[in-house]
Amino acid sequence: MNIYVCIKQVPDTEASIMVKDGRSINEANVKWIVSPYDEYAIEEALKLKEKIPGSSVTAVGLGPERVQNALRTALAMGADSAVHVACEAVLDPAGTARALASVISADKDFGVIFTGRQAIDDDAYQVHLILAEELAVPAATNVLAFHWDGQKVGIEREIDEGAREVIEMSIPCVVAAAKGLNTPRYASMMGIMKAKKIAIRKVALPETGVDEAQNRVRLLTLSSPAEKPQGRIIPGEPEAAVRELVRLLRDEAKVL
Amino acid sequence: MANIGLYIELKDGVFKKSNRELLTLARRGGHNVTAVLFCPDVQPYLEELNGVRAVIHVEGADLSYQPDLYARTLASLIEEFKLDVFCGMHSAQGKDLFPRLAAKAKAGLVNDCLSVDLDERKAVKPVYSGKLLATYRVEGAKALFTLRPNVIAAEPAGANARPEIKKAALDGGDPAARIVDVIKSAAQMIDLNEAVIIVSGGRAMKAKENFALLEDLARVLHAGVGASRAAVDAGFASSDMQVGQTGKVVNPKLYIACGISGAIQHFVGMKTSKVIVAVNKDPEAPIFKKADYGIVGDLFTVVPLLKEELKKTLG
Ligand SMILES: Cc1cc2nc3c(=O)[nH]c(=O)nc-3n(C[C@H](O)[C@H](O)[C@H](O)COP(=O)(O)OP(=O)(O)OC[C@H]3O[C@@H](n4cnc5c(N)ncnc54)[C@H](O)[C@@H]3O)c2cc1C
Ligand SMILES: Nc1ncnc2c1ncn2[C@@H]1O[C@H](COP(=O)(O)O)[C@@H](O)[C@H]1O
Repeated sequence: MNIYVCIKQVPDTEASIMVKDGRSINEANVKWIVSPYDEYAIEEALKLKEKIPGSSVTAVGLGPERVQNALRTALAMGADSAVHVACEAVLDPAGTARALASVISADKDFGVIFTGRQAIDDDAYQVHLILAEELAVPAATNVLAFHWDGQKVGIEREIDEGAREVIEMSIPCVVAAAKGLNTPRYASMMGIMKAKKIAIRKVALPETGVDEAQNRVRLLTLSSPAEKPQGRIIPGEPEAAVRELVRLLRDEAKVL
Repeated sequence: MANIGLYIELKDGVFKKSNRELLTLARRGGHNVTAVLFCPDVQPYLEELNGVRAVIHVEGADLSYQPDLYARTLASLIEEFKLDVFCGMHSAQGKDLFPRLAAKAKAGLVNDCLSVDLDERKAVKPVYSGKLLATYRVEGAKALFTLRPNVIAAEPAGANARPEIKKAALDGGDPAARIVDVIKSAAQMIDLNEAVIIVSGGRAMKAKENFALLEDLARVLHAGVGASRAAVDAGFASSDMQVGQTGKVVNPKLYIACGISGAIQHFVGMKTSKVIVAVNKDPEAPIFKKADYGIVGDLFTVVPLLKEELKKTLG
């Protein structure tokens, strides 16, 4: 099976993010990582590959030059090949999905496509599902368990109140990972060495037929949210402090 | 005047509380509002839908949620009834449904909005795990938005103006992905995404059994119970309880963090809570910089006291 995994490169979660000229972020000193949910996607793709002899994993990432580092991470973890959709422009989620779909559908034998349930930069929560629609294949998101029985895909996904939906799909299909699906492996030294030797295939955005002018969702401004004023510590022995807290919650904050 | 469509989410036939926030948003500004419900009978919900111009009642032999069938049905309703702007909640179902609908309706979508300007088709949403706010505009014929629960103060439906009811049929095709079962959680939990109050525990809970302390407190407050990642990773709490960057983003009126240090990855999951209370024995814990009210003390002493005090106050 030709397994795919879509990965987005995002700023490290620890990074403090500053706005530049009201529309973009200041990228100086930002450390870039593979979006955490996409790491679960890579791990699940590799696990599936290990079960199916003769299968392969291809990582696909869209974005500027630096995205190659994220793809190297996937290769070092064990992906066989990688495609970089070179794109300096900012595409909206549907544009991103169409460009990814164009790359993946060029392979007539694509099987399961793994993604994250959201990318932790724009938190758009949609590229994966639009990708599935573009490819006209079934999809499930927020996936906590994945099974392949040789015929069909079975998944469990979390919905509200800890409940789970059990879903069956044929392949090809899109599976968007949630935390809890697996524990991503670390790249081994050997994996890192091997990854260095793999050539990343580059696709220029125009080859996908997508461009920025088609964006329907346009970013107008980015801003920092207002900081909360520092709160107060309620002094006193536990009994008195608790009594005062309840009074404040009721009379001042009015949340009881 | 825009034609605004709303997806009204029912959960096992129960009208979800967050629908009221959606209705409040749409009723402001005198729009022509159409609400879409998938249910055997709309009568039980009409009281809630007062002030809405029309209700589209989607009927079918089996109305259980199937994303492909729901998305196809909604895409054709959006077309037929010229619903220029279509909104839903950023719930588990909304997250599953709206992107599919965006693709089918060829509409731009902004998820998880804190506010939406229905006329201008502009929305503000948190990005970079809530470190920044982004304002987007949706261009093109149709615009879709999902709203984060608990950001709009719901106003009651007016007493007058019963909506006109139109009928539609559920898409009769085959779903590509089929939901074959829904496994309910054994514990009767309050959905953290919808919870008005959340009591959360961290690594300091020390053991799974000790979460019973928080559950007792939560019962008095009708609250949901959350956890930090450290508590989840240690096996004290289940993963669906995790609040934070890789867990749930919650937005209650009151968030009580017990024995949680306040790491940035936890904070981004609960920072928009209206009031944050921290209980921590370390006066230097970062959570105190972010909390509205803090008590420095041992949670194993403070939490039971708090429960008793609240019982007295709330009767
Ligand atoms: C990529 C990434 C994603 C992450 N995502 C999340 C996420 O989604 N959610 C999340 O929560 N974390 C997340 N984390 C982890 C996060 O960085 C912290 O490690 C975690 O939140 C710490 O949990 P804690 O506050 O329970 O534990 P600790 O940091 O160990 O804090 C325990 C606190 O309890 C206090 N304490 C101890 N005993 C008592 C007592 N008896 N009474 C009162 N107070 C006491 C201590 O003073 C301390 O402040 C993520 C990390 C990474 C790198
Ligand atoms: N630029 C991109 N390149 C590759 N995959 C992406 C890109 N953007 C989004 N994705 C995939 O789509 C998922 C959901 O992203 P989003 O809709 O942006 O929250 C991510 O977890 C990735 O798997």
